[in-house]
Amino acid sequence: MAFDYEKYLRPGKLPHIWCPGCGHGIVMKGLIRAMDTLKLDMKNTAIVSGIGCASRLPGYIDCCTLHTAHGRAAAFATGVKMAKPEMNVILCGGDGDGTAIGGNHFIHACRRNIDMTYIIMNNYIYGMTGGQFSPCTPTGHKASTTPYGNPDPGFDIAKLAIGAGATFVARGTAFHANQIDKLIVEAIQHKGFSVVEILDDCPTTYGRRNKYKSVIEMMNRLKEVAVPVKAAEKMTAEQLKGKVLTGVLYKEEKPEYTEEFAKVIERAKASK
Amino acid sequence: MAKKVAFMQGNEAAAHGALYAGCNFFGGYPITPSTEVSEVLSIELPKIGGKFIQMEDEIGAMAACLGASLAGSKVLTSTSGPGLSLKQELIGYGCIAEIPCVVFNVMRGGPSTGMPTGPSQSDVMCAKWGTHGDHATIALMPASVQECYDMVAEAFNLSEKYRMPVHVLPDEIIAHMRERIEFREPGEIEIIPRKAPTVPPEQYKPYDTSFGDVPPLADFGSGYRFHVTGLNKMQDGFPTTKAEIVQAEEERQVRKVNACIDDIVTFEEYMLDDAEVVVVAYGSTSRSARYAVNVAREQGIKAGMFRIKTFWPFPDKQIKALAAKVKGFIIPEMNLGMCSIELERCAQGKVPVLGIFRVDGEPINPEQIVEKIKEVK
Amino acid sequence: MEKTLPKIEIIEKYCKGCHICVEFCPTKVLEMKGFVVAVKNLEACIKCMQCELRCPDFAIKVSAE
Repeated sequence: MAFDYEKYLRPGKLPHIWCPGCGHGIVMKGLIRAMDTLKLDMKNTAIVSGIGCASRLPGYIDCCTLHTAHGRAAAFATGVKMAKPEMNVILCGGDGDGTAIGGNHFIHACRRNIDMTYIIMNNYIYGMTGGQFSPCTPTGHKASTTPYGNPDPGFDIAKLAIGAGATFVARGTAFHANQIDKLIVEAIQHKGFSVVEILDDCPTTYGRRNKYKSVIEMMNRLKEVAVPVKAAEKMTAEQLKGKVLTGVLYKEEKPEYTEEFAKVIERAKASK
Repeated sequence: MAKKVAFMQGNEAAAHGALYAGCNFFGGYPITPSTEVSEVLSIELPKIGGKFIQMEDEIGAMAACLGASLAGSKVLTSTSGPGLSLKQELIGYGCIAEIPCVVFNVMRGGPSTGMPTGPSQSDVMCAKWGTHGDHATIALMPASVQECYDMVAEAFNLSEKYRMPVHVLPDEIIAHMRERIEFREPGEIEIIPRKAPTVPPEQYKPYDTSFGDVPPLADFGSGYRFHVTGLNKMQDGFPTTKAEIVQAEEERQVRKVNACIDDIVTFEEYMLDDAEVVVVAYGSTSRSARYAVNVAREQGIKAGMFRIKTFWPFPDKQIKALAAKVKGFIIPEMNLGMCSIELERCAQGKVPVLGIFRVDGEPINPEQIVEKIKEVK
Repeated sequence: MEKTLPKIEIIEKYCKGCHICVEFCPTKVLEMKGFVVAVKNLEACIKCMQCELRCPDFAIKVSAE
């Protein structure tokens, strides 16, 4: 049977703002399926985003939604979660929002291991402003502000998250649509700060500048570069060159921030 | 029962004033000269089950406060000049999304790092105009340690009543000075709760003006599902670029304060009945001004003081009335003439406005003010 | 036994014509008609749901008994 997405969508908001072929809609559907699998109480669920194309996602979903300022999703969300630890708090946004202007909040949310899930839609570009290079644009690639090729090295978001202390890190792609909800389910179920990076496509501002002939070519590129972590174990370094690992990349059990703060409250009350 | 009294700093008193008002969330970042606020609340908030978080930067602190406020907390952040600059974008977010919060900003020298331990009153315009776009501002100016306590409590009331960020702007002298204060008894200052929605969740709109210019605000996680954005929005909270809606909403967000100026503005009149020369002062400078007025009176000069307690909205009506009957205004301030601009505006050229402006990190002493009073003919 | 055909519902006002469903349908059930997708060969549908899963625009629903 067809999946009932309408149940989770705010009426009258479609069609969404994303361009033809943009994978953000595929990611949003994955998130909705994950929410459905987990039977999340929508009254008790907040989706918090920053600014950018991907950050427009919360407006479509019928729960408590907070479209904040550029880069600040993780910090606003930390306030929501601290105030109401019983709420499910999900963050979403793009690569520029999350790792450039929001980079500091991102790494510190990872460090605290606060129980929230951050879905980063990485399309290697600032789409909403017209295609400027982001910290995730590959070196040498073209953007509206790297007309001679990008001189910057890019971030590996997953490594950044692991290094900063996130206790669940996964990566998927917009091509591997049926994996997205499974990764998000596992991320939400994980106690602690979980990061799900979804490699995404921006045909409008990235694809056309980097010689992708179509959305389909971009999707196929995601298919080609992705290697599941299990499969990668059996591959040589040579074979893995230019590939990107997908699946659950890292998982660890560590004390969760709001639970640790609850202990602070206990100690403070005992000291009165 | 005797009142609880204490001998403490303005910063410490501010923290206790916040607790009196029901503050249960603090998000901050260390900055001189305001850190004692966070230190006290890191001790006291967990004792009552409140939340304290030291964020990774000033912006994050402001963001966490706004997030927690939307989840129903009464929130405070404390900072100083450079931190206020960093927080400005999100103060604007609080204005447009109409999220209650209190910003306790201890004024030190500037711009930039300036004199971190030196007093100043140079953030009064930053509080009003620091964030971009049109918006209403409320800013309170404590002149004593007791007022740090009382005004922070009052700032919570105003932030909840008008659903917006409210500034409390002590200068460094007030924040670090120690004085005797009285803790308020329960009920002594009325605590105004947030206006909660009366409609069921399916009918709720976060900016529903059928409930007046200050629409009720539901808490995240209380059964109400709604959208909050920093974009110009419709009454249901969703973005719009429709000209008439944007215009109406922006005007409402300024009107909700401007229509209530008489309820918001507070001030002190000292020896104004027959005054010919009026010293307009605020914060620690008003303490020198009071002394100077006494000295001038002893010398037979009809001097008085108008003390600004609410800097924003500016007490236009009171200043304009004074301008019609006095010979001149003296404005001592620890900046290069910020309040002076407002006085000139209200005086409308009817009387001279003589400034005493110091930005050297030293307080303005009464002698300087007496000398200036004598210049008014 | 007679094969029951699935129902493929296209919500034209949501379709942005990205071609994803057309290209990734393994049995080439769909085609572009102008700027929006249309069902070309329902008989060939194997109910794999790939089109519904991949459509970024919530524009396709596949119902199968």
